[in-house]
Amino acid sequence: MSEKFDIIIVGSGPAGSAAAYSLAKMRFNVLMVERGKYPGAKNVMGGRMYAYALNRLIPQFWKEAPVERKVVREKLTIQSEKASFTLDFMDEELREPPNSFTILRARFDPWFANKAVEAGATLVTGIRVDDLMWENKKVTGIIAGTDKIETNVVIAADGAVSLMAEKARLKKFDVKLFALGMKEIIELPEKTIEERFNLASGEGAAQLFVGNCTKEIPGGGFIYTNKTSLSVGIVIYIDKLIEKKIESHEIIREFNTNPEVARLIEGGKILEYSAHVIPEASRSELFTDGLLVAGDAGGLVVNSGLTLRGMDMAIASGVAAAETVKRAAEKNDFSKESLSYYEELLKRDFVLQDKKTFEKASEFLQNERLYTLYPEFVCRLFHRLTLVKGPKKRAFDELLEVSKGKRIQMCVDMLKAMRSI
Amino acid sequence: MNISIEERLGLVSFEIDNEKHIKVDSSHCTECDEKTCLYFCPTKRFTLENGKIKHDYEGCIECGTCKFACPKGVVDFNFPRGGYGVYYKYG
Repeated sequence: MSEKFDIIIVGSGPAGSAAAYSLAKMRFNVLMVERGKYPGAKNVMGGRMYAYALNRLIPQFWKEAPVERKVVREKLTIQSEKASFTLDFMDEELREPPNSFTILRARFDPWFANKAVEAGATLVTGIRVDDLMWENKKVTGIIAGTDKIETNVVIAADGAVSLMAEKARLKKFDVKLFALGMKEIIELPEKTIEERFNLASGEGAAQLFVGNCTKEIPGGGFIYTNKTSLSVGIVIYIDKLIEKKIESHEIIREFNTNPEVARLIEGGKILEYSAHVIPEASRSELFTDGLLVAGDAGGLVVNSGLTLRGMDMAIASGVAAAETVKRAAEKNDFSKESLSYYEELLKRDFVLQDKKTFEKASEFLQNERLYTLYPEFVCRLFHRLTLVKGPKKRAFDELLEVSKGKRIQMCVDMLKAMRSI
Repeated sequence: MNISIEERLGLVSFEIDNEKHIKVDSSHCTECDEKTCLYFCPTKRFTLENGKIKHDYEGCIECGTCKFACPKGVVDFNFPRGGYGVYYKYG
């Protein structure tokens, strides 16, 4: 490839495509390199994208993008060994403007990458970038096999396992900072999905599970409704899984047999199994001379306990990377100092603000009591409130009874929750 | 729907490379007490055979866990060459 590109983007996921789309619209000569057979071939997520960031870039994108369902129903199921308690939140205001959509990445990512191509970006697929090119401690291009391509600036949008950020010594991998997500796609008729989740046609639900489903390992389960399938999965902290000596794939297998889950997926057929690490608490430096890091590669994900976000942050960071390149190109200065504008933009936007707001969330969410003591407590309390067997007590007295000996611990955890999530 | 990991992997599409993308120097595995690879890999690519750890790169879905979860650091992780490896149809 002898053509000279202004910018090379490694990866055609949401961060890469957002950057490529923005830069192509600014009339830059952009190359986006994807190692998969097609954009999205390697990409996995739970199944929901919050709409805000992409709507800023492509207003009302859902009218053309291959989204599955608009999420209007949010459910949280707290499970003990024998019981479960579900909160079911339905909100008319989540409809318009849409708050989030369920998505299948192998369908969505090709659409988004193609938007960048339509805007003028060049996309090559089936090419693995092996290394960065350096000159005087500045990134000057990429190396893929025997090909070397020079450029002004590289954007590493190569995902959670960013080998580019690692090669640039901006990121270190530590098992304590990552979670593992495992997922299956279960095929069900459209009508069945709408009946089981109490949905109007085309509308969707997101259901999170906490407690018994992860075998005392911090993490949770999820079900997202697609058009004609469900995305069903488990996320767990890897170091805690190792401590418990449970085979990871057994946890998702058992999740299917959980009574509450089994009824929702009954009669369905597993179409695909997937898994990927999630950079829950992992962060990398976001820029150096000639290089910017966007999306999961930079650890730009936020888990508040209820909202699990990555794609929207990837898109916002891709756009910010493009803005940074534009400004750097005007000055013809791609030094670290010039590119530090990227972090400034992310701090002004929600990306680094939300990272800061929830910086203690990951530590809090690794508290095992959240997955053992509290689900047991909630289910025990409701068990006692609902059961009729001899003389009954008032609700408050039942609460005192169930919380006996645990109240101080619960108050401490409550305070921690207030400070972190 | 209670199907084994082997059956699950049968549902995933692969373009198998003849070149290994993950190399495991298992000479240190005998002195490893934890053998955490037997638990963390979501596709059960690590197995114990006659006291030795064996890794099969075919059927790996490139999740990235083994890159950093091996306590002995003997997993040399890379992605398959361009175009090879897993390709999800749903993702």
